Amino acid sequence: MPIYSEKVMEHFMNPRNVGEIDNPDGVGEVGNPVCGDMMTFYIKVDDNHLSDVKFKTFGCGAAIAVSSIVSEMAMGKSLEEARKITPALVAEELEGLPKNKYHCSNLGAQALNKAIDDYLKKQGKEVKSRRRGKNEKE
Amino acid sequence: MKRVYLDNAATTPILPEVVEAMLPYLRDAYGNPQSLHDWGDEARETIEKARGRVAALIGGQPGEIIFTGSGTEANNFAIKGLAQAQQSKGKHIVISAIEHFSVLHSAKTLEKWGFEVTQVPVDGYGLVDPEEVAKSMTEDTILVSVMHANGEVGTIEPIAEIAKVVKKMGALFHTDAVAAAGTIPVDVEQLGVDALSLAANQFYGPKGIGALWLKKGTRIIPFLDGGVQEGGRRAGTENVPAIVGMEKAAELAQQDMSSRIQRLSALREQLIADVSSEIKHTILTGHPAQRLPGNASFCIEFIEGESMLMLLSSKGVAASSGSACTSRALKASHVLTAMGIPPEIAQGSLLFSLGLNNSEEDVDYLVEVLPPIVDRLRQMSPLYAKFVKEQGGGK
Repeated sequence: MPIYSEKVMEHFMNPRNVGEIDNPDGVGEVGNPVCGDMMTFYIKVDDNHLSDVKFKTFGCGAAIAVSSIVSEMAMGKSLEEARKITPALVAEELEGLPKNKYHCSNLGAQALNKAIDDYLKKQGKEVKSRRRGKNEKE
Repeated sequence: MKRVYLDNAATTPILPEVVEAMLPYLRDAYGNPQSLHDWGDEARETIEKARGRVAALIGGQPGEIIFTGSGTEANNFAIKGLAQAQQSKGKHIVISAIEHFSVLHSAKTLEKWGFEVTQVPVDGYGLVDPEEVAKSMTEDTILVSVMHANGEVGTIEPIAEIAKVVKKMGALFHTDAVAAAGTIPVDVEQLGVDALSLAANQFYGPKGIGALWLKKGTRIIPFLDGGVQEGGRRAGTENVPAIVGMEKAAELAQQDMSSRIQRLSALREQLIADVSSEIKHTILTGHPAQRLPGNASFCIEFIEGESMLMLLSSKGVAASSGSACTSRALKASHVLTAMGIPPEIAQGSLLFSLGLNNSEEDVDYLVEVLPPIVDRLRQMSPLYAKFVKEQGGGK
């Protein structure tokens, strides 16, 4: 088996918040099946806070664990706070990710951000520049 | 927890008889075959007897067997050693697109050394067309290498037909028979090849021992320089216990081959039929009939291989996958790619390779644990959700 941390294994075996939200306030999709991993995040926003976060993921064990923990980290947070979730934070929260999996599987924060962008767009609000993996420290 | 090993393509378990045969050579019979005393004489006689036994497995002569440290080494030796020995005649090599990395990467090294390499494509089953081999050859072609059987998708290649084409063009023909030798009948005379690689751990022998069969009179550049071992072509003190293990494994393989094939083919057919009927949107990869007895390889659509392996492992089942996520390089298997399988389908690669250690109960257990795993991952998969929506609901 790949060398994953206990935390990754735990989230992989028992992923939180799997699924879709009916009539979501925002949807964010990243990756594609050709490169290996694909994640779709669905959010519900109440009073500027994430009242529900769900995801669907196609990919390896790391991709599934990343999605799960991002949904957990984001749940209940304000949009501004949720935006502060970075791939580096996600990896830290998961007690590390294998080096070769870091970039391809660590797409959860990006998908969440896209879902927030989608929500703001629908609200007719200005979309703040989206965080991208390469702008962040790792 | 129940443990079911369905990864015999990676390595087969070693048979108890093989271990027993090896033990004396790990303990008391420790002589160096090159020594000129009783200890040496005994070791020398032992490995020469083994050479005959291993040669018999593939219909060769004892003097044509060169023991190596692995199947990978035998392939490196054949590709590099034969090409170098023939380079005054030409610089062109032909291999198939689905060769093992030990052939593929040896050919890459040859390119760096100034040789030219052509890869012959395969069809959707992974079959090499002898006509394609003929088309790819030129007057400059000195060596062709096509594997006997592919361990990843199980397809058995038409080696005798390819050999005819290659010989007509006057080139040497090597076949990597690591997945085939000791598993299905392999006869160098009938195949008409010049060189053939095999490895003991593929037929219930120990790891760390393989052989290159080289047709008598075929020139090759020595692989390891040193002493006179293996006719000066592969120096280094002979691995006597492993050679004895390979001998015993070869003897048993030859003796039990037809019954093993019968048993494994029946298990394989059961596994393929059950998995295909229990799990929708499953593609059998490789040739449906012309395949290795123990090989059941699939692509399970809408989900990824590594996550399947992890969940199978949590149920005690060992399998493997050619998905990008399971490879260190994060690239989908070159075999599946060469067969024209789209990358998103190849991501769902799942290989079960049966062996003598497996029973019908093992297959039943797999068919019990796999569908819920697939279901669980599909429920998580955005690709599956899209598919279901496009189908207008329903599973």
